[in-house]
Amino acid sequence: MTSNPSNGNKGEVLLEMRDLRIEGQSDEQWHEIVCGVDLTLRRGEVLGLIGESGAGKSTIGIAGMGFTRPGCRISGGTITFDGIELTSAPEETKRALRGARIAYVAQSAAASFNPAHKLIQQFAEAPVQHGVLNSSEASKNAIDLYRRLQLPDPETIGSRYPHQVSGGQLQRAMVAMAMACKPDLIVFDEPTTALDVTTQIEVLAAIKDVVHQFNTAAIYITHDLAVVAQLADRIMVLRYGNLIEEGETRAMLAEPKEDYTSQLLAVRSYQRDEMPPTQEDPPLLEVRGVSAGYGPLIKVLDDVSVKIERKRTVAVVGESGSGKSTLARAITGLLPPYEGSVLFKGQPLPPSYKNRTKDQLRQVQMIYQMPDVALNPKQKVRDVIGRPLGFYLGMDEAARERRMRDLLEMIELPADFADRLPGELSGGQKQRICIARALAAEPELIICDEVTSALDQLVAEEILKLLQRLQDELEVSYLFITHDLATVRAISDQIVVMLRGRVVQQGGKTQVLTPPHHEYTDLLLSSVPEMDPDWLDELLDKRAS
Amino acid sequence: MDKILKMIAQRLALGAVTLFIVSLIIFLAVQLLPGDLAEAILGQAATPETVAAFRRELQLDLPAYERYLNWLFGILQGDLGRSLANQREISELIGGRLLNTLFLAALAAAIAVPLAVTLGVLAALYRNSFYDRTVNMVTLTTISFPEFFVAYILILVLAVNMSVFPSISNVSSDLGFWERAYRSILPALTLTLVVVAHMMRMTRAAIINLLASPYIEMANLKGIKRSRIITHHALPNALSPIINVIVINLAYLVVGVVIVEVVFVYPGLGQLMVDSVSKRDIPVVQACSLIFAATYVLLNLTADILSILSNPRLLHPR
Repeated sequence: MTSNPSNGNKGEVLLEMRDLRIEGQSDEQWHEIVCGVDLTLRRGEVLGLIGESGAGKSTIGIAGMGFTRPGCRISGGTITFDGIELTSAPEETKRALRGARIAYVAQSAAASFNPAHKLIQQFAEAPVQHGVLNSSEASKNAIDLYRRLQLPDPETIGSRYPHQVSGGQLQRAMVAMAMACKPDLIVFDEPTTALDVTTQIEVLAAIKDVVHQFNTAAIYITHDLAVVAQLADRIMVLRYGNLIEEGETRAMLAEPKEDYTSQLLAVRSYQRDEMPPTQEDPPLLEVRGVSAGYGPLIKVLDDVSVKIERKRTVAVVGESGSGKSTLARAITGLLPPYEGSVLFKGQPLPPSYKNRTKDQLRQVQMIYQMPDVALNPKQKVRDVIGRPLGFYLGMDEAARERRMRDLLEMIELPADFADRLPGELSGGQKQRICIARALAAEPELIICDEVTSALDQLVAEEILKLLQRLQDELEVSYLFITHDLATVRAISDQIVVMLRGRVVQQGGKTQVLTPPHHEYTDLLLSSVPEMDPDWLDELLDKRAS
Repeated sequence: MDKILKMIAQRLALGAVTLFIVSLIIFLAVQLLPGDLAEAILGQAATPETVAAFRRELQLDLPAYERYLNWLFGILQGDLGRSLANQREISELIGGRLLNTLFLAALAAAIAVPLAVTLGVLAALYRNSFYDRTVNMVTLTTISFPEFFVAYILILVLAVNMSVFPSISNVSSDLGFWERAYRSILPALTLTLVVVAHMMRMTRAAIINLLASPYIEMANLKGIKRSRIITHHALPNALSPIINVIVINLAYLVVGVVIVEVVFVYPGLGQLMVDSVSKRDIPVVQACSLIFAATYVLLNLTADILSILSNPRLLHPR
């Protein structure tokens, strides 16, 4: 490890927070979202902040830059950066630090790059505006960093606009931008959460490399313990704005002191055994040689065949853009395929949902990724669940009310939730309502499109267990679309691996997950972060050799 | 780039269809005017024979659809017809007037657009400050008064009391640019006061709307100055709605100036149209209406194209 002399000695305290309290405003009232947290970060050290949404980890991270989001305020405590007290410093002092000595890497590079300017202009902005470099020095610097972060065509990639490069490249370009002024501290706010596992590796490796190379201190915020384990020297576990546990990475992973930390560690361990194929003929649903796409030119699915049996779960895995969701759209008839057919119990379904009978529509239901968007915010739970009961099953009001209570009980929510609006529910509860809405139609197949990826891991696990219990009780089949291999491992019987619109491997769970794999399946599986802090280094060594 | 050219061609075609429909509506609306044109022009003393002869001369005895088709083909060949009042070619009559109106609109736009955008950017920058509230209130006040009232107030203050500008805009084609601008300044100022509020408020709203975006937060966390964040990060992305509202106001500057032209006796197209209506000079009214409609269509087309050019996703495809 080379150390950069300008960044001072390792070991000296760079950032210190004492009894930090931050309040957020909702419904005209202030309430504490960070409740007295102490934090110490030394030069060159990487500190992981981990917790579920609402834990206050992002809020603490950007408070390290003396910044609070609109609607938040620092109500107590101190934040000292290299001898400067940020809570009382004038705005101009803080502005001079931001971008120059403390930099920020956001979760979504696509949203955090300004769509109107080229990458290199945005790179050069901070150094030029802070008077650190002139614009030609900054450009040279950018190309060096782009090369270091292994971006393709480092000399010319900077002249592209953000929408012209891929998500993983954009995230690396943002890491480069954060390094532009050689800051003492970088705050990484969930920088890989929005990426595919295969892309995540590249970004993690890039972050690890530059942070060590320039001896930069970092705060790494994430909800994924396995990711932070690869980078952090020390980890702080947060929940509801309180510090739960703090310790050296290896020690914490080996021996967590608090129950909550153990739960986070165990989060990917839920797994049920594979059920053997029923060998039924015809299967519940068969996709036969389907090709589909958007317009005549953009073919997204290419000759895809999948079988789903009764009371079984088929998981479709692949990176974004592999055609997983398009497959769901082809099955439901939202996107009529060019070729091939979809058979339900041996009978071909009309390609477009417009030509399907009400009963055919009823038998295949969907649950979506974003429960926030999938529920009408103006409709009460009663109306959300009652609609399919009336529409598909023609129930009168009294019957609907009875059935809705049964359904609420099935998804483990109290009956008085019927009068709530979606805005009054948590993310997990909203997803449960979406499940109840799908169940209300009494379908035989439910397509679950990334249903757990917008949820915290502990909540997601509850949802998976619920779906499993419902399958056992109601004998429904699931087509489970996901990019998360832990989810696949947890609940699938059959696995379909997709790459660029084609099925590259399919079979029983055990068969697909045990070597020898197809090359791409192997890449996917080996890219899933493990809790072992040496995992990333070992993997990169292995791939390099 | 091909995509953009194709889109422009499509919009142009659509604009042509719109104009065709508008020409139909204009013609039908004129048909609905009460009374007989020939009688109205010749007066009550005319004998039935003279009226009938005059009707033949004006081709009023032909069925309506035939007159419409004659008119339409005339326009397509660049012939707007002749004025009933003085038998002059309408194109000759309108030419100079149209230039005058465009000059006035351009002058008003040259004052109003930079002023409105600057005021809007500053209002977004100092949101909810005393400045913001004052600008909002003043511009709202000026838009709330009727145009003629604003016009007379300006005449009273700037022409009568202070005697800095002429109250009658007596322009002609032989004047130099500055003299022309000087004589047109009061109507231009009146128009400015009328249109500035709308554009300024849209600029402010469009920018403020973007201030919650992640890339604005990113710019803040890069330590960029607030003024630069507004002008460099928010404004370029807010251009599309701002351009649209500017163009609608520009169209208003061309076609909505009738009252202002009358107040200042400005020899523009609006004046001509008012005169022609009172003289029942139908061909001139029709021609003016069609020119106004064409202005609207063209300006909105420009807005669409500029909006697309301001969007890097469309200008620089992957």
